[in-house]
Amino acid sequence: MKYIKPIGLTLFLASLVFFTSLLFLGQFRLTDAVLQEAVSEEHYPILKEELAPMIGETYDYNFTFASDFNAYFGAYNDRLRIEGQYEKVIWDDYAFSVTKAASIGFVADNKLLLLLLTIVAGSLGVLLYVLPTPQHKTGGLKQEGVYHSSLKSRGWVGIVVGTYLIAFYVLLYWFAEYITNWVLLADPVSIALSGNQASKWFMYGLIYTLAILVMGVRMFRKYRGNKYQTLRTASVMFFQLAFAFLIPEILVLFNKPWNDFKHIWPLDYTFFFEYRVENMLSSGAIGMFMLIWGILLVIIGVPLMSYFYGKRWYCSWVCGCGGLAETAGDPFRHLSTKSLKAWKIERWMVHGVLVFAVVMTAMTIANYFAEFTLLGDATGVVHQWYGFLISAAFAGVIGVGFYPFMGNRVWCRYGCPLAAYIGIVQRFKSRFRITTNGGQCISCGNCSTYCEMGIDVRWYAQRGQNVVRASCVGCGICASVCPRGVLKLENGPEQGRITDIPILTGNDSITIHQTVRS
Amino acid sequence: MSDNPEKSTSKGRKIVIIGNGIAGVTCARHIRKRDSAAQIFLISGETEHFFSRTALMYLYMGHMKYKNIKPYEDYFWGKNRLQLVYDWVTGIDFEEKTLQLQQHDSISYDTLILATGSVANKYGWPGQDLQGVQGLYSYQDLEQMEANTISCKRAVVVGGGLIGIEMAEMLRSRDIPVTFLVREENFWGNVLPKEEAQLVNRHVLEHHIDLKLVYELKEILDDGTGKVGGVVTSAGERIDCQFVGLAVGVSPNISLFKDTPLETNRGILVDEYFATNIPDIYAIGDCAEFRTPVVHRRSVEQTWYTGRMHGETLAYSLTQKPVPYHPGAWFNSAKFLDIEYQTYGVVPARWGDELQSLYWEHNEGKICFRAMFEADTKVLTGVNAFGLRLRHDFFDKALRNGSTIEEVLARLDKADFNGEFFDKGYQQDIVRAYNEQFDASLPVHKKKGLFSFLRS
Ligand SMILES: Cc1cc2nc3c(=O)[nH]c(=O)nc-3n(C[C@H](O)[C@H](O)[C@H](O)COP(=O)(O)OP(=O)(O)OC[C@H]3O[C@@H](n4cnc5c(N)ncnc54)[C@H](O)[C@@H]3O)c2cc1C
Ligand code: SF4
Ligand code: SF4
Repeated sequence: MKYIKPIGLTLFLASLVFFTSLLFLGQFRLTDAVLQEAVSEEHYPILKEELAPMIGETYDYNFTFASDFNAYFGAYNDRLRIEGQYEKVIWDDYAFSVTKAASIGFVADNKLLLLLLTIVAGSLGVLLYVLPTPQHKTGGLKQEGVYHSSLKSRGWVGIVVGTYLIAFYVLLYWFAEYITNWVLLADPVSIALSGNQASKWFMYGLIYTLAILVMGVRMFRKYRGNKYQTLRTASVMFFQLAFAFLIPEILVLFNKPWNDFKHIWPLDYTFFFEYRVENMLSSGAIGMFMLIWGILLVIIGVPLMSYFYGKRWYCSWVCGCGGLAETAGDPFRHLSTKSLKAWKIERWMVHGVLVFAVVMTAMTIANYFAEFTLLGDATGVVHQWYGFLISAAFAGVIGVGFYPFMGNRVWCRYGCPLAAYIGIVQRFKSRFRITTNGGQCISCGNCSTYCEMGIDVRWYAQRGQNVVRASCVGCGICASVCPRGVLKLENGPEQGRITDIPILTGNDSITIHQTVRS
Repeated sequence: MSDNPEKSTSKGRKIVIIGNGIAGVTCARHIRKRDSAAQIFLISGETEHFFSRTALMYLYMGHMKYKNIKPYEDYFWGKNRLQLVYDWVTGIDFEEKTLQLQQHDSISYDTLILATGSVANKYGWPGQDLQGVQGLYSYQDLEQMEANTISCKRAVVVGGGLIGIEMAEMLRSRDIPVTFLVREENFWGNVLPKEEAQLVNRHVLEHHIDLKLVYELKEILDDGTGKVGGVVTSAGERIDCQFVGLAVGVSPNISLFKDTPLETNRGILVDEYFATNIPDIYAIGDCAEFRTPVVHRRSVEQTWYTGRMHGETLAYSLTQKPVPYHPGAWFNSAKFLDIEYQTYGVVPARWGDELQSLYWEHNEGKICFRAMFEADTKVLTGVNAFGLRLRHDFFDKALRNGSTIEEVLARLDKADFNGEFFDKGYQQDIVRAYNEQFDASLPVHKKKGLFSFLRS
């Protein structure tokens, strides 16, 4: 028993090092056939000429291949720009597809084996690490040692992990041609599911799903005996695996548009973009269903569910971003700042993003119905900026990369437009609230510390006031960590939901005086 | 006494509070709410800002950092014009109405509120001043405990009460083996009835804490360098250890008032308005002792909750109209390692024929419930709950209204404060236990379905 934890950790670290080193392994050779397969018919002859020096060359490193490709490809486009022949410039992003197609040798030949030795072995390592419980622990909920851990308290391990995650996201979003070896690993799984080669997004989805599943098991261990935590963790694991990972791929297998039925606009900000709508409209009954389902969720599903259960039904039970935050992000939840200042910034930012998303979508739809006479390509530019700033930089790089620095809900708290929308419902028209147990609070601060949304729960609890906050995702951790049983997540009548009690239960001195007087 | 007796109620009066614990801070906050003109000073030499003493253990265990246990952000004090003075008061001139401070210039007052808290007890054991022997009360004690336990191979904790078990838990969180000496037959045996106390005993052992019941400390041994090397128990047994935690209760911190006109006994003597024998001087929190205690309550109240209520009440008296201290039903809570404990009303450790007790324990022995009621009228006097969360408002009302045990059991679902999905079967079990133990036939309500929360 004693050795299982260290073995797990070693296995995880070894897999991670191996996984990282894959980027430096394998070979790359661009052949005529590869090029023909990887680029469009129209561009093939041009690129064949431009990339001529590369063809037939064997490269030993991904980055030499990719940078040569970018150099030749870029030179061609630059030339055209100088000559003013803008219509001939190639906008397609071929660096990734060509590099991946040109892979040969060790990695390309051993995809399945390497998948097992890196991603699968790493997951196994984490499982071994989280499963055993130290002998003297009897299963009560503890945050023991959190602030003694370098990983969990912004120590050097935390900084290294954060930097790694940030680098991962930067490569994934903007320099995917340098991580084709990672994407190759996902090929066997992708082919088994949908018959297609893996895209970078499939590889990302695979790792993402595994992270939720494996760290979900950790949640089961950590919060065992707490049914709310167990059920909600099982729920996010299920929704990620089925709705975000398997079902979309199966749809693709049947030549239907890739669709995640639990992804809701405006978090799914491209939902009303021309290409998505057209794609759905041209996919028969099921496409029509996707469109109507997506619209109904926004206008009826979200308000209704949030009225009855609060934001949590989505953010802590269904959502994929929430799913990762609540599982892989759990060790970092206390790093969210609780200051009043942060709350002020949060409100401006998150509602700002909501406005951005709504305006962008309204523009897009108006433009669509006006058949592009209205704004022309301007919407395209807005889409690109939103994609870059909000979706990639904010949700990805900062949202996850900053787990070890700012906690696990940075995106949900400051950036998610859907959270902003549900939050407005939760704050003003909902049955959900966190009730406090009379005068039992000892102001210890566990609840505030472990609130991932940076809500100063104690501020409410110590004055006996219900917590009614737009940002609360109903994770229930505050209630779980409270050592005095003071907090309870409840759905109840709207009347009396927002309270302000001047004197806490247990002290009759003042109330008695007042009744005597009146 | 003062040249202007009106001053203590006038606008802009100067209210000085010694002690920035829960009692002093609550009082200051509530005075500020109702009197925007008063000048309010909060003096403490322990820490600059108010922190939650009850959370000290969590610092040691790594749940939180110091900044997390401060209930208010640092800007709070300035914003509410509560002036903090980070210093020790070294003397009081009652004639001149001024305080002498260690570092700062002296401060005058119109009204003085004493909220100096407690100090850890030491009973004059041989060796109690060795390095590595300490109590746990102040922030400095915690820092000392950090230093004292760095290379500790075994620790002994003396005193089977709330702070003792916290110290044992703290040490276990760092994998330090702990021997826990308890004088009584069971853990906290002078407060908890036998069954509850034994439930905790079992849980303590389950955490691999070496619990020694009916053991007393006789002597603490020097390891030859001025540090503790072991203890000797009353049975003559020697236990080697490098740390001794003394958790044998606390006493009011009144050393500042020794040999002054201020009347003290165990604590600073006050009436039901928290007034001391000297005009314009009040005492609240752990350091106050009631000349006439409230019925069913102790003359010195040493909990977080009472400190807060003292503060609330005195603030009201000073700003609105004098009201006597009139707490509602007693309540308290704690956490014994993993098991939460809540109590409402009066549940004595031992009782006579005038009281009857309903006791139910879950078959795994970690959850239990006890209700005490008067034998003749069946009126509820109090409840204990372990591993269950009960609603304070519910019992506050039930006890105030004199509800009977059967009325309470019939509405037990309303008393539930456990999280959603918590197995509510215990409610039926308790009613069944009552029917069995008292030959009654209360209806056992059907268990609600898994999704009953959807309807609540
Ligand atoms: C480890 C521990 C755990 C506890 N857990 C619980 C619990 O779970 N539930 C519960 O109800 N109670 C608990 N208590 C008890 C509770 O913390 C106290 O009852 C409460 O804090 C007392 O508050 P107070 O304001 O009266 O005094 P204190 O909090 O003691 O504040 C008094 C302050 O005055 C300062 N002071 C004293 N003399 C001077 C001077 N001459 N000059 C300047 N400053 C001075 C002191 O340094 C101190 O900072 C616990 C206590 C401890 C030690
Ligand atoms: S307030 Fe509680 S339930 Fe809400 S987000 Fe914070 S920890 Fe989770
Ligand atoms: S609500 Fe619970 S966790 Fe939060 S400060 Fe109060 S006692 Fe501590």
